[in-house]
Parts: sequence; C-alpha cells; structure tokens
Amino acid sequence: MSKMHVTATVNGDEVEFLADPRETLLDCLRDHLDLTGSKEGCGTGDCGACSVMLNGRLVPSCLVLGVETDGATIETIEGMAPEGALHPLQRKFIEHAALQCGFCTPGFLVAAKALLEKNPDPSESEIRYWLAGNLCRCTGYDKIVRAVQDAAAEMRGAA
Amino acid sequence: MAKDEITKEFKWIGTTPDRPDGLDKVTGRARYGADFNLPNMLYAAVVRSPHAHAKILKIDASKALAMKGVKAVVTRADLPEGLTGEDLYLQENTLAGEKALYDGHAVAAVAATSQLLANDAAKLIEVEYEVLPHVTDVDKAMAKDAPVILPDCADHTVPEGMGPNVARMIEFGRGDLDAGYAEADLVHEQSYTTEATHQGYIEPHAAVGQMGSDGKGEMWVCTQGQWFIRKMCSAVLGTDPAQLRVTPSEIGGGFGGKTTIFMEPLPLALSKKAGGRPVKLVMSRSDVLRATGPTASASMDVKMGMKKDGTITAAQVTFRMQGGPFPGASPVGEALSCAFACYDIPNLMHVGYEVLANRPKCAAYRAPGSPMAAYAVESMVDELCRELSLDPIDVRLKNGVKEGSRASYGPKFKTIGLAETLEAAKSHPNYAVALGPNQGRGVASGFWFNHGGETSVSLAISEDGTAQVSVGTPDIGGSRASIALMTAETLGIPYENVRVNIVETGALGVNEPTHGSRATFASGKAMWEAANQAIKEMCKRAAQKWDIDPEAVTWKDGAAHPAGDNAGQFEPMSIKEIAAEMGKTGGPISGHHESTPSGAGPSFGTHVVDVEVDPETGRVTVLRYLVTQDAGRAIHPQYVEGQYQGGAAQGIGWALNEGYIYGEDGRLQNSVFLDYRVPVASDLPMIDTVIVEVPNPGHPFGVRGVGETGITPPLPAIANAIHAATGARLRALPMNPPAVLAAIKAMA
Amino acid sequence: MVEVNLWSGLRKFTDGAEVVEVDGKTVGQLLDGLVAIHPGLEPVIESGISVAVDGEVITGGRNTPVEPDSEVFLMQQIKGG
Repeated sequence: MSKMHVTATVNGDEVEFLADPRETLLDCLRDHLDLTGSKEGCGTGDCGACSVMLNGRLVPSCLVLGVETDGATIETIEGMAPEGALHPLQRKFIEHAALQCGFCTPGFLVAAKALLEKNPDPSESEIRYWLAGNLCRCTGYDKIVRAVQDAAAEMRGAA
Repeated sequence: MAKDEITKEFKWIGTTPDRPDGLDKVTGRARYGADFNLPNMLYAAVVRSPHAHAKILKIDASKALAMKGVKAVVTRADLPEGLTGEDLYLQENTLAGEKALYDGHAVAAVAATSQLLANDAAKLIEVEYEVLPHVTDVDKAMAKDAPVILPDCADHTVPEGMGPNVARMIEFGRGDLDAGYAEADLVHEQSYTTEATHQGYIEPHAAVGQMGSDGKGEMWVCTQGQWFIRKMCSAVLGTDPAQLRVTPSEIGGGFGGKTTIFMEPLPLALSKKAGGRPVKLVMSRSDVLRATGPTASASMDVKMGMKKDGTITAAQVTFRMQGGPFPGASPVGEALSCAFACYDIPNLMHVGYEVLANRPKCAAYRAPGSPMAAYAVESMVDELCRELSLDPIDVRLKNGVKEGSRASYGPKFKTIGLAETLEAAKSHPNYAVALGPNQGRGVASGFWFNHGGETSVSLAISEDGTAQVSVGTPDIGGSRASIALMTAETLGIPYENVRVNIVETGALGVNEPTHGSRATFASGKAMWEAANQAIKEMCKRAAQKWDIDPEAVTWKDGAAHPAGDNAGQFEPMSIKEIAAEMGKTGGPISGHHESTPSGAGPSFGTHVVDVEVDPETGRVTVLRYLVTQDAGRAIHPQYVEGQYQGGAAQGIGWALNEGYIYGEDGRLQNSVFLDYRVPVASDLPMIDTVIVEVPNPGHPFGVRGVGETGITPPLPAIANAIHAATGARLRALPMNPPAVLAAIKAMA
Repeated sequence: MVEVNLWSGLRKFTDGAEVVEVDGKTVGQLLDGLVAIHPGLEPVIESGISVAVDGEVITGGRNTPVEPDSEVFLMQQIKGG
C-alpha cells in the first residue's frame, strides 16, 4: 500500500512523515517521529496510555489514523511543559507518588491537563469520571486523584 | 534481635523524597520495552492457535517466505529437541509442538522489515489443525473421562485412579480433626470458586533480541528478572546463558506476570535465522490476555469448627486449581500453605490437586494462591462469626497467630504483626462509621510469606564522595527510591548523592527477579552489607592518614571519626575528602555482597470495606476501604501506601469484575480491556491505609516486603460486606451485578 | 541428630513417619541424609521444596547450618509474584 505524506504541528513544531494508511497516529508518533512517550497498552482505545490532544480535543491516539492528521495540531506528553520546566501536574504526580511503574503516567497527565483546562476546580467525582478512560494497575488511583486535586488548587492559586 | 533493638531514629528512612526516576516518567522519557530500537532492526509477528486443543498437522510458511521483505520464519522444528521438565514446558509454551494446547498458543513466528509486513506475512502462514476435545473448567478437567492434555502428567504424589489431568496431589496437616470438630459448637462446610484473572499490567510484553550464528546474543526486554530471562531463553534455544546479555528496560507493571518467559525466545530465534539482525517483538493486548500468565481458577471446599466464644477448633480445605496445560504452574501448594496462615488452629488438614486444563500457562500473580485461599477461608470464618454473633476482628484476634505460634504450614513464627494490624483496623474511624440501608461492612485478613532469594549488589564510591549502587532487581514500584534512602542512611550522605542503577546480566552475579516482595528487603540488605564494606575501607584510609589502628576509627554522619579520646585528636574526615584522595591512597573504594538471605519476615494485613448494594441491579459500590498492613519498617512510606492501595484495587477488581470467560469452543471471549474490565478511577473510593511497623529482626532496618499481601483480603472482605448488606452469601467470583442480583433473588 | 518434620503427605515415602531423625550439620546434609534413609523422598526433594530452620524459610541455602536442637520443617516450594 502506498504511503501518504502528512504535515502536522506536533508540540509546536511542524513535522512531516510518510504514513501507511493502516498506521495509527500512535504508530506515527512513536515510529516515525520518535515520540515514544505516548504508550500502547491496548490498541483499542480502552486504556488511555496513548492519550494526546488533537486539535484541542483529548483522544486515544491508537484510534486515530495517522493520515487523518494532515494539517492537525497535536500535543503529546513530550510537549506538556516548555523544555526545562514542569507542568504543575507533572510536579504533583512526583510529589504525591502518583506513579509506580509509570507506564500509564503520560496518558494520565495529558488527560488531567485537558480536564483542568475545561474545569479548573473539579470535584473528586469529576476527576474520577474524567480519568475513567485511563487505566492504572499499580496505584489504585488514590494518589493520582490527590495529585490532580493538588495541582488544580495550585493552578487556581497561581492564576 | 528483640523488637525494640532495631528501633532507632533515622535521618532518611521514613522520609518521602521524590523518586529518582520520577522526572523521566512524567516527561515521557523513560524507556520501556517497546521504546527500544536498533539499527537494521526487523519486526516480528506471531501466529497463534485459534483452537483450545488441536493437533498440528502441517505448517506451510512458503507463501510468507516468498514475500519481499520477509526474512525468517521459526516454528518448533527450529528449536532443539530433548528438553525435559520445566525447560520443556517453557519451550512448548514458546512454540507449540505436536499440539496446540490453548486458544492463543503460539505456533509460528515471522520477522520482516516492517511491522505491517510481518503482520501480513503471519496471515499467510498456513497451519492445518485437527481439532481435539478440550476442557477449560477445573472441575471438569479433574474428571476421569476428561480429554487428555498431556499424557502421563501425574507425578509420584498422585494416587491411582485419579483423572488424567491431575498432575500433583499435596496433603499436609496436624492434630485430630474429628476431635476438633467434636469440641466445636458450630461446624460448617462450604464450597467456593474463583475465576482466573490476569495481572493486567498496562505494558504488553516487548523485547528486542539479537543473536548471531555463534550463539552470542543480546536482549532488551521488559521483565521482572533479567537473569531469569537469560536462563529460560537459553534453555529453550539450547544456547549458553553466559553468551546472552540481557538488559532490562523500565517495566510497565508485572505483578508476577513478568517473572517468566512467554514470547521472549522468539526474537532471538528469528534473529539467529535472519543473519543476526536484531528483531523486535511487541505483544498486543489480546495476545497478552490470551497467552500470558493469568492466575489459576480454583474450586475449593472448606470445613471449619468454632466454639461459641469464637475459638476455632479444627479446619480443613480441599483445593483444586488448574494452572494451564503444563505441570508446575498451579499455585495450589502456596494456596494451601496460606489458607490458615493467619490462625493458630490445633487440628488442620490441607489437600490440594494441581490440574491441567486447556488454558494459558499460569504465571505468578501477587501472593500466588493466597487470594483464592483467603476467599474460601475468610468467607467461612465470617459465616461462622455471623451465625454466632461474634465480632470478626475479635475472633481474628482470639485465633490469630503471634510470635511463637506454630504456622499452619509447620514452623514457628518469629516476630509478626497480625494482631497489630487487627488492632489498627479496630481502632480506625472507618470501623465505627454508621451504615445506611443496603450497606454492609466486611473484614478479612491476609498473609504472604515474603522471600529473600538470590541477590547480588555492588556499591561504588565516586571521586566526589557520592555513591552508585548497582542492583539486579528491576524497579516496579519505587525500589530505587527505597534503596537510595537506605544507602543514604547507611553511608550518612544525602539521598540526592546516591544513584541506584538497575543493571544488565553482565554487571552482577545472578539475581532472582523482583518477586516475592523481595526487592527492598533483599537488595536493600545486600546494599547494607556492601556499604559497610565500603565504610570499613574508608575508615582504613582515614586510619592510615592519621597513623592509627583502623579499629580505632568509627563511621558517623558520612565521615570517619577517631573512636574516642584514646584514638587521638583528629578532625573527622568526610566521605568527600576520603573519596577525593582514593586514587592515591589505594584505589577505588567499593563494596559488594551476594547471598540468598533468609529472614524475609512474614507479612500480614487486615482490610475493612464498606459497600452499598443496589437491590435493583446487584451493582456493588465500594463506599470506603481500609488497609492495615505490617511493613516492618516503611522506608519510603508513600510507596508502601502505594503497594497497599494497588494491591487492594487489584483484589477489588478480582472480587467484583474480573474473570476469564471461555466459550463452549474453548476460546477466550474477553481478550480486550473493554471486556476484561479492570477497575477504573470511577469504580473506587480513596483507599485509606495504616502502615503498621513491627520491625523484622531479619533486616538491618526492620524491612518486611509489602508488595503482595494487599491483594489477598479484598476478595473475602467484599463478599463478607455484600453478605452484611444483603444477607446473600456469594461463594463464586466475580461478584458482578448479575451474580449479586441472582443471589439476592434466590433468597426471596 | 536433628529432627526433620515432614508434611503429612510424605508419610507414604517414610513408612508412616512424619518426623525423621537425621545426622547433619547443614540443610544440605539433612536432605541428603533423608534421601539415604528414605529413598522415596528423592523425587520430592529433587522437584523442589522449601526448608524452614527455626522459623526461617530457607529457599536456596543448602549450606545453612543446623544445630541438633534446630526445628526443621520441609515445606511446599513457595514462588512469589
């Protein structure tokens, strides 16, 4: 199958790659752009480890075809904060020990950031339902929810 | 060592600094199994059996091999013959021989220049099967007329006349059961079943392997144990372990499932056939669920006698557990030994059967065997408590094991903390919360042995007085942080001045995997020995400088000091000063220790759960959850809590939702996360924890492993809570809405 | 002599004995001694067992010392997750 040329903006940079029409956006990020921070845990949109922002919307990148993203703006975990800095969520995840193996962490961070952009003061329940599309098998979610709450509080204070 | 002798003030232990790998993990930089690539690399795909049990008549790879870009195909014919025992089973499981033994059993593998090409080529490999009768249910697999999975699988323990799939029988006990039951005021007998569940780590198995025609190879792989990968791959491929160098990646969860091999020999075999080009193989989620280590399914009978005052007088269990199609994988031995480990019962009998079935080869899963055993036994204890109107914590305190009690499996316990976890649960506010309608509270305790295991650690002092520690136990839940804290404490240097590296097989002697809750215990203990060697050498260097006897130098707060006034008046010499000169005073300063440490210190925990059951739908909501568990000493308390919370969440999933569903055709029907539903954030409340610290005399800082016990009590605790809420006793897992609703309706 | 406690399922290999007195100064010597007295135990010990000495479970240490008054138990081999 012949490949298609795709131009997109990823984490603020213009990128180009050749995508086989069967390749997902996740495949393209990982294999063509070497952005391996987004993870494949299932390939069926159930685990959220591949969460990215596509044109401002939170999506599992394993359910988007790479060729669909021509002209799109994509943000991944690698672009979560400017080089050398950390987003408050990233800092709070470390501080609260909200990760153990860390495999699901990039997806959780991208999803939590999207939540706080929509809702800067979410309740525990709103956090749990928003993050219900991200699976973590290590933590039981307790420390993740607390980290998001704490980051939200800090960001509200800073704003 | 008495309990109090190892209690002392610490500078670093018990604090909660940022984990050393935190930054890499929140920025996406951490490299996991599938993140690794090499120049000139090929990609592999695996052909798997769609049948639960089938004779393989023919494999024709000619069409695949004719494709441009396809470089190699391997089948069982490419692997050496003549293996025996577990090596043979590992090889059989890597690639099926004469028969495919379960849905998803690997039959062939192909390597090509791209993943898409490899996937296409795999579809062109034609396999001709003769489908055979199959069995996936443990009780049906026990039957005398069950399909024969592996001829003559029974070992010396199996009596005459058992079914063809009974591989092993275990029997042990003590006392006089009949006399014990005669003393009891109430004797109950019940049967319980649990379904197989998967460890459910979010990272699928992934490896890049490279092997030349000379048998020299390298592998980068996500694993709990790089030396186990080395040993097992070498056995399967008939190569020399010392010629295979295995580097562990960051690991995206394991829970026991990454202590063994599944597909890992395949990239090596393909590479060897493809002229030594490296080959990458990443499993899909569906492959992971169909063909990697779930735990056993179990069918269990329990009988127990109790006096009116709560004294348990006698008890017995018979457990039947299938471990897949090969002997040795069922955790029935562990399950039996855990069954009554929380209780001091004079009259006991345990009988267990290991059964083969057409299911994937079981791997260890967090406290292997213990959760099933606890589901049966702790449910039974609760049934008796309810009927006799006794408080479940009081009954456990009355019968619970303590220091000096004889364990149900034989030896006497040393210092243990079961009673302390029960007291902590009893005095916790959660135990006093008033419950509303359709709500109920459940209590259960749990046990795991904990493990020492083969361990090798090196520590080296750098030129600036910082330290690097090389350990062989992959860090899954924060063990680099805990080992760095213990190193800082031992050497008397800041936590930030320690770097802990998880090293490859070429860098240390053999290490067992991170399993048995051993990483912080065993690698930490070995680090302590290694650090003390380095300290001894640093004291010697100071003594030489001061021209005094090395015995007259002590180590305190990261510096050598004269031991007393008699030793002479010298300014302390810091680790930084000693290290700066070490090249001129005798060379590098390091320490090294290897051992198979004992003294792991058994682990006990108690859980209290409140649930609400919707009488209309049978849905169970977990309202609040409490874990109390003995950590011996919590080195990094946040990550100890994390183990408790994570274990509880997995146990809650096992209790309420998770389970393998096999169709009549023997195929796994729920091989994606949508259908194999692990708990999500909205399913759970916050999980409250109490870290009980009854220091383990077998460890310099009192550490007990904390990884495993937490998954054990949720299964029965939730069943007990559902009973309290509804009056319905569920004796089969999972307790999903249809099951709970049916149980409620059956009472009416 | 050290008393070695067996699990009851092993009695069929030891003429009914659940406790066997064996001469030995290490775990390894005890296991070898057991097999010398009751050869039927060889496949059991070969296939892997755990040994507890004075309450400590010893998985690999054949050289672990034992005293005449040590409490020694043979146990099912334990694997961890």
